[in-house]
Amino acid sequence: MEKLKSLADLKRIREEAKVKLELRVKGDNPEGLVQVKVAMATCGIASGAKPIMDFFVEELDKRGIGAVVTQTGCMGYCYAEPTIEVQLPGQEPVVFGFVDRKKADEIIEKYIKNGELVEGIIPVNYEKID
Amino acid sequence: MKEIALHIMDIAQNSIRAGADEIRITLSESVTDDLLSLTIADNGKGMDPESCRRAADPWFTSRTTRKVGMGLPLLKMNAGLAGGEMTISSAPGIGTTVKATFGYSHVDRPPLGDVSGTIALLILSNPSINIVYSHICEGTQWSISTREIKDALGEDAVTDLTIVRPVREIITENVTGIRNFQTGYDKY
Repeated sequence: MEKLKSLADLKRIREEAKVKLELRVKGDNPEGLVQVKVAMATCGIASGAKPIMDFFVEELDKRGIGAVVTQTGCMGYCYAEPTIEVQLPGQEPVVFGFVDRKKADEIIEKYIKNGELVEGIIPVNYEKID
Repeated sequence: MKEIALHIMDIAQNSIRAGADEIRITLSESVTDDLLSLTIADNGKGMDPESCRRAADPWFTSRTTRKVGMGLPLLKMNAGLAGGEMTISSAPGIGTTVKATFGYSHVDRPPLGDVSGTIALLILSNPSINIVYSHICEGTQWSISTREIKDALGEDAVTDLTIVRPVREIITENVTGIRNFQTGYDKY
């Protein structure tokens, strides 16, 4: 595939792929999206939070899961970094600690896809962390 | 922090927490001058002189979730180890600018790492902040910003996961382009 050099290239490619994108957008409603927040403070970054965020961005797209991936600050669980917060549509957020690629894969396959709880949950408050 | 890219990610979070709506990240590299400089400038709430003076102290933080703040101290340490320094200038209500310099060929300078990926993730995660990334190589500059991406692809484009890969690719291609095939640069 040709290498992208400019936003104009990207715009052209996107327009070519528009049909596909539209199909996906119609399938998703914003409330129906899975929200993944990766703790990205010094403690998280030093423990490898960035490659974990890369993994979620890439894999959720590849596996066709409608999701929003963003960053959040330190949640105070520096000992358990990288930590992520996952909120399934209509549910309370859940925080997972010590997330490596293997754990991230398990979270996607079991928790995000099937709602099955997996090991590594940090029991926190029942309030949403913003 | 093992890479310059991770420092960028880290220091940018300070700007985000300071409520900035524009963050200008500039990475300037010169093999000729043997200098790498990283500047992160925001228009956030800024710091008073006392906070500014203490910002590089690991025991000082404005957070309440924990008692230490290692981001700026680690950057200062890494710059110092590589024959450079870190300076912070800030004014309440105006914003903060952090600048770090490194000896380019210094054996203790951290590698650049995945800078393009870091910028792409920052753009994705902070759609309401205009992230402006400029790369300068021997005086030749290339830039990209959240604003430009929104103008070209629509306001919502930056929150879509599929934006990350192409943005990373565009940055890498253009930065490689302005390096002009000279030798001595880090992998980008």
